[in-house]
Amino acid sequence: MTIENLQQNLIQDFSFFEDWTQRYEYMIELSKGLEKMDVQMKNDKNIIKGCQSKVWLHAEFNEGKIKFLADSEAIITRGIIAILLIIFNNRTPKEIIESDTNFIEKIGLKEHLSPNRANGLYSMIKQIKFYAIAFSKK
Amino acid sequence: MSFDVNKIRSDFPILKKKINGKQLIYFDNAATSQTPSCVIDSISDYYKNYNSNIHRGVHSLSEQATESYEDSREKIRAHFNAKHKEEIIFTSGTTHSINIVSNGFVKLIGKDDEIIVSGLEHHSNIVPWQMMCEKNNAKLNVIPINDDGELDLDEFKKIVSKKTKIVFLNHVSNALGIINPIEEIIKLSHKNGAYVLIDGAQSAAHFKIDLQHLDVDFFTASAHKLCGPTGIGFLYGKKELLNKIDPLMGGGEMISDVTFEKTSYADLPHKFEAGTPNISGVIAFGVAIDYLNKIGFENIEKYELQLLDYATTKLKKIDGLKIYGDVKNKTSVISFNIIGIHSYDIGSILDKYGVAVRTGQHCAQPIMDYFNIPGTVRVSFSFLNTFDEIDILYEALVKAKSMLS
Repeated sequence: MTIENLQQNLIQDFSFFEDWTQRYEYMIELSKGLEKMDVQMKNDKNIIKGCQSKVWLHAEFNEGKIKFLADSEAIITRGIIAILLIIFNNRTPKEIIESDTNFIEKIGLKEHLSPNRANGLYSMIKQIKFYAIAFSKK
Repeated sequence: MSFDVNKIRSDFPILKKKINGKQLIYFDNAATSQTPSCVIDSISDYYKNYNSNIHRGVHSLSEQATESYEDSREKIRAHFNAKHKEEIIFTSGTTHSINIVSNGFVKLIGKDDEIIVSGLEHHSNIVPWQMMCEKNNAKLNVIPINDDGELDLDEFKKIVSKKTKIVFLNHVSNALGIINPIEEIIKLSHKNGAYVLIDGAQSAAHFKIDLQHLDVDFFTASAHKLCGPTGIGFLYGKKELLNKIDPLMGGGEMISDVTFEKTSYADLPHKFEAGTPNISGVIAFGVAIDYLNKIGFENIEKYELQLLDYATTKLKKIDGLKIYGDVKNKTSVISFNIIGIHSYDIGSILDKYGVAVRTGQHCAQPIMDYFNIPGTVRVSFSFLNTFDEIDILYEALVKAKSMLS
């Protein structure tokens, strides 16, 4: 499935929810399925600066694809991470660089994109793209 | 005057606003207060009717603007009971004021001298003093806090000495709402020959402050926490001290005589008010002070403490809810966590219910480090809030807790 397809699926999933509580409950559910991140990986090198809740993002490049591991102290942020990893995990740098990120707005999580929220979503997407650019040069 | 919260609320247009389809409940008053119509109107009135530069034109508009600007200074002087009008310096806010004092003392303090700041400070309050100490090599000491989040006065007594030149602390902690024992600290500091600067950003909105009675050397507050506009505040300093320190900024208004060899500074307060000031902001600040005095600070204080008591009792009913700084002497602020849940998650859910709170470190990382927590949820009440709003907060917290645990 392409990144585009995955995003369409997510948008469809979220469109069934009637209100924010269902959206949030779904995100909290998704957060529980997040692959565990090693404590050693939660280091300063992997930290994404956000004033409110700490976010760690680690990337590895294997056989042309990028594997991401990420975590946060806050559960709603973990849910957002889970969504991002559904879209971007195990993709080639080219796929990530060329992908659009406006699906975030379409699934009703626009408020988390604001830099003011400082939950790291904005910086997380930026960092994911940076990794893709860096690995594309390898 | 009797206190009618509904009548007062009708003075604040923003309270009619809906957030996420819900009526706004504003519990972030410690970050900034909301603005009544009279203050908003005074800004538009200035620009519509007498916008002009002050202290220079001979034309009528300039005279009117100058008069209103100086009237405001007198209102602030009277409200805070400073002795002289020229002891009130308009600044952009408390950060600006603190920088005037810390910069002013760079040359007056040397490497064998010490300064003291409290362990309850906002980040922005520590930086100017660190910058000062880098320039003059003075030593920076910190008053530690105890497990209740209160300043440890016994420790203060140990570190204050004849070497201490300046003691700086907030009147009320922004993160916890605790009222610090400034009277005692001022007395002890003066006994050792040290000057004291008090940051009143979190106190001035909650109770009346008498600068002469406190005998404090410097004091600062911001208008935007007192129902006034952002970007304006004041620094109070005893006249002889303000005369002693150099200004932070050079420019127009602050000079009396300029040649290329030397400039002599203007008299107080103009020495510290370089450039065209925030004229409409100063005028609106005066209007805000009048507004608050019309309601009456005794009424404000009494009502806010009732809200605090009610909310504290109610919130404590929630299992696992821990309040930081739960002491007797505090303003209407509750800083808390629900064990096992991140403050950011709680804040995000509360926002969905239209409840505005502050989450995170409140720019007071040393305090958060002391309690070993990443942050707290801070609800801060003002005289605009109601008991019904606290009930809604309670319900929203119960729902947030069940969603998040």
